[in-house]
Formats: sequence, structure tokens, C-alpha cells
Amino acid sequence: MVVAGVDVGSTQTKAVIVNENAEIVARGIGNTGANVVKAAEKAFQMARQAARLEEWEVAYVVGTGYGRYKVTFGDTQITEISCHARGANFLFPNTHTILDIGGQDTKGIRVNEKGEVVDFCMNDKCAAGTGRFLVAAADVMGITLDELGDIALGSTSPLRITNVCTVFVETEIMNHLSKGKKAEDILAGVHQSIAGRSVSLLRRVGLEEEITFTGGVSRNRGMVAALQEKLGTKINVSEDSQFIGALGAALFALDRAKTHQKDGGQAHQKDVGQERHHGQATAEKELKP
Amino acid sequence: MNPLSATNGGRYIAGIDIGTRMTKCAIFDTVSEKVVARATTLTRHNLALASEKALEEACSANDIKPADVFYVASTGYGRYQAPMRQIQITDITTHAMGAKYLFPATTTVLDVGAQNAKAIRVNENGRVMKFKMNDKCASGVGSFLERVAKGLELTLEEIGPLSLRSKDPQPISSICAVLAESEVINLVTSGYPVEDILMGAHLSISDRIVAQLRQVGVDGDVTLTGGITRNVGMVKALEQKIGRSLNVCEDSEYAGAIGACLLVKQRLKKLEEQKTISNGA
Repeated sequence: MVVAGVDVGSTQTKAVIVNENAEIVARGIGNTGANVVKAAEKAFQMARQAARLEEWEVAYVVGTGYGRYKVTFGDTQITEISCHARGANFLFPNTHTILDIGGQDTKGIRVNEKGEVVDFCMNDKCAAGTGRFLVAAADVMGITLDELGDIALGSTSPLRITNVCTVFVETEIMNHLSKGKKAEDILAGVHQSIAGRSVSLLRRVGLEEEITFTGGVSRNRGMVAALQEKLGTKINVSEDSQFIGALGAALFALDRAKTHQKDGGQAHQKDVGQERHHGQATAEKELKP
Repeated sequence: MNPLSATNGGRYIAGIDIGTRMTKCAIFDTVSEKVVARATTLTRHNLALASEKALEEACSANDIKPADVFYVASTGYGRYQAPMRQIQITDITTHAMGAKYLFPATTTVLDVGAQNAKAIRVNENGRVMKFKMNDKCASGVGSFLERVAKGLELTLEEIGPLSLRSKDPQPISSICAVLAESEVINLVTSGYPVEDILMGAHLSISDRIVAQLRQVGVDGDVTLTGGITRNVGMVKALEQKIGRSLNVCEDSEYAGAIGACLLVKQRLKKLEEQKTISNGA
């Protein structure tokens, strides 16, 4: 039996398929774009193709992330906070605090030994301290998002970014550039600024080790370094850190599918049409694990 | 020293308001007691250059010899960068003075520029009583509209008139200018008319600006200054939120530059009076 989790983020959509031993079988990822429904379908399809699976072979699908209700083929929806907690606990069982920096929001989540959410704090009102801040910096400097972190790591004397607002920071960066400041020093300042904001957010939920870093921004090595410096401790980052929300969703899907099996093995015998109907019906009410 | 001897035979005072987006210059004629020249130029990165350019343009467009400008006062965020200045004055003081000059009944000044918004309470002499400023976040300043315009692929000049066509304004829920830009794009994709999105954006930002204004008091005459006065949609949205009409005129954008000239005039007059008193003694 295989199940899937689909994490529809503001910027990227991730899908993970796991088998009944909770091992990752396949991953899929794509830009979310304007058509959220399609983005969810595409990421799921990408993962299925990688694992050579038909849609009906996937016993249960959990949608998560800001666009979770747009996962039309999903059986249920679970908030990304719960899914990140579950996924982080699975990969790093000693996790007590999670920092999730995504494209447009940042979350601090405190979890217990079982990976259950104890408290969380979120910034989704202001682009400062989210991935959007990095995108703005990359755009102004004419470099790609993937290069950003590595360039910042080359800095020997980081500049201090004084503005909070992303819009004003763009102007600040342009001023630094026009004065001939080095790109790596500006970028190191940008990373430190986000790290500072993230650590404040984490302190609001209570900082307890180990800390696991998730979300798209966790792929950025410069960000990992800036956070570790601010925190004065190592943080957990997995190769799959970007997929942790989807992984958590898939693990919840596995629980549900197993319960269904005990209930009479109905789950994967339903036809696709019924699955869709079921997904839409439960879309109205959100299930809390 | 007699301050009038410092005029070197010149008759003009120049005020240069170096904003984050635009640099404005106004020239005041001490003989006719009128503002006789104006010019604006984009500020860009070189603030000194912008101040020089604005002054030059104001002079040349009105056949004023630069040598006849005997005093230059700078104001605005780049006021310390104007190399030819004799004095620099904070933009809060100059906007208060300029607004009072343009509309003598003014009790509150609302100055909204590209990167900051100020609500200023003034007394009958145009002096600042109290003020509230936002220069930390783009949510309630002109940059917000710049991002919205960018999202819609329109120029800043186009959005005001276009917004006036709106029949059913579509509010923008994002406070952050950067997130609003994405929201606007989504609204377009969802099929909402551009004019409704624009008026919605104007109303949303007005909510935040008016909240700031209420902190200093909105009773009496409210005079709008700064670059935002060039946007008719914004004036309408603010008037709707405040519930009454606002003072706006052709010179509103120059309020800071004009205020700077007037403050120089006052200062020279005061110095002259002191001189007369000491001569008499």
C-alpha cells in the first residue's frame, strides 16, 4: 500500500509518496503559480510517475499547506503546522522546535516528544523574514535565488540592513550597490536580518533544542549558517527539509489508510470517482489529527 | 552683519525637497512675495545630483539666473546631501509651513510620500504641535501603490484616473506591499476588473493612513501634501474614508519646498529685526 501527502505552498507545491513502512517512495515538486488546483495535480502526478503508480493505487491522499483545499483529489486536509511537526519529528525525533520559512510566511512551532503541536507562532502579514524577502533581494541584485546563500557565505564583513520593510530594503540594497559595496556583504546582511526575525519568532513559542529547520528557505546554506550563528547552536536540516510538510501529510495519510483497512479494507478499493467525491465532501471541514 | 547684504543683490530663495522618489524645487521671489518657479525630478541614487538638477530646472524654465538665488534651504530625507544648501530643515516643519501657506485654515497636514507618511497637527502660525510618522513599513505609503501598479503592469500616473471608473471596489487583504503585489495579480487572474482592484487598493491604504491621521486629530481643515496629491484616486479614497473634502491644489506636491522658502524668509526677517534693534541701542 502507498499513500501521499501534497503540500501546496504559496510558492511551491510538493508531493511525497510513502509506502506502508513509512519510507519515501517518490517526490514531486513544481511552482504553485496562479492555478493552484493544477499545481497540486502536477506535483502529485510527478511523484506518481516517478514511482510508476496510477492514481487509484494511492490509497489515501492528505492535502496540506495554504492551498490544501485546492487538492481536489485529496481525501482530507490537515494544517501545515501539524504536518511540519509530524514530518520534523519523523526525520529528527528529538525535535522540540521547528522553524518553517516558506515563500510567503514563517512559522515557529513547538512540539512534544510525539511530534504533536504544543504552540505555534506565525508571520504571514509581512514579507520581512519570509522567503519573499530573499526573492526581493535576489531580484534587485540580478542573481538567482539558488545562488544567494552561497554568495552570502563568502562575506567577511556583513553589512547591517537597517530597514525592516522588504520594499525599503530593495532601495537600501540599491544604495549599497551604487556605493560599490560588495554583493556578498550585502547578502550576508540580508540573511542576518531574516535570521534575527526568525529567532525572535522562535523565542515567542519558546526555544527548546533540538531545532529543525523546514520549508523552502531551509535549502539555502547561507540561511542555515546565519541561523546557527544567531542561535549559537546547530540546527537540523534534512535533504528533504523542503518536503517535510508533504512528508508529514503522507504520514497522516498512512495512519488514516491503516485505520480504513482495519475498518474493512475499503480505502483502496473505491474507484477514482468516489475518491474525488469524498475529497470534496470533506473539504468543508478541516480534520485535526 | 545685515542679512539683506547677504543676498548679494539676489532676490530669490530656493527650497529643495529631496524625497525618496522625487526631488522638488520651489523658488520664492522676495520682492513679489510669490512662488515663481517649480521643478521636479526623479531622485534616484545620487541625491546631490538630484538637488542640483531640480534647482537648475526651476531656474532655467523661468529665466531666473542662478546667481539671483541668494539662499537655498534643503528639506526631505536627502536634505543633508544638497551641496549648495545654506541650511537644512526637517520635512515635518517645512510641510507644516507650506500647507499653512497654501491653505491658511489648515489644522492638520497629511503628507504622504513614496516611503513615509506623516500626520502633522499645526497651530495658527503653521508651527508643528504634534506629529505621527510611518517610515518603517510600505503598507501605508506611496510605495504600496507603486507595487500594486507594478502587479497590474500600469504606471503610477495611470492608476489614479483608472481607479475612478470603479463601480465595485475590491479590497486588498494583504497589508504588506510585497504580498499585495501578488494578491493583485491573483485578483486579475480571477477576472476582477482592473479599476475595481485599483480602487480597492486605494481604499485599503487609505484605511491605514486615516488611522494614523486620527492619532493627531482630524477635526478642522485637513491639507494633503506630498507626491500622493498627484493621484486623484487616492484623494477620492482618502476623502471617502475621512468623510469630507481635503485641501489639495496644484502646488500641494511642493508644500515642503515652499515651506522651506518661507522659513528662510522668516529667519532672515527675524535676523534683520534683531540687527535693527541692536543698531538702535
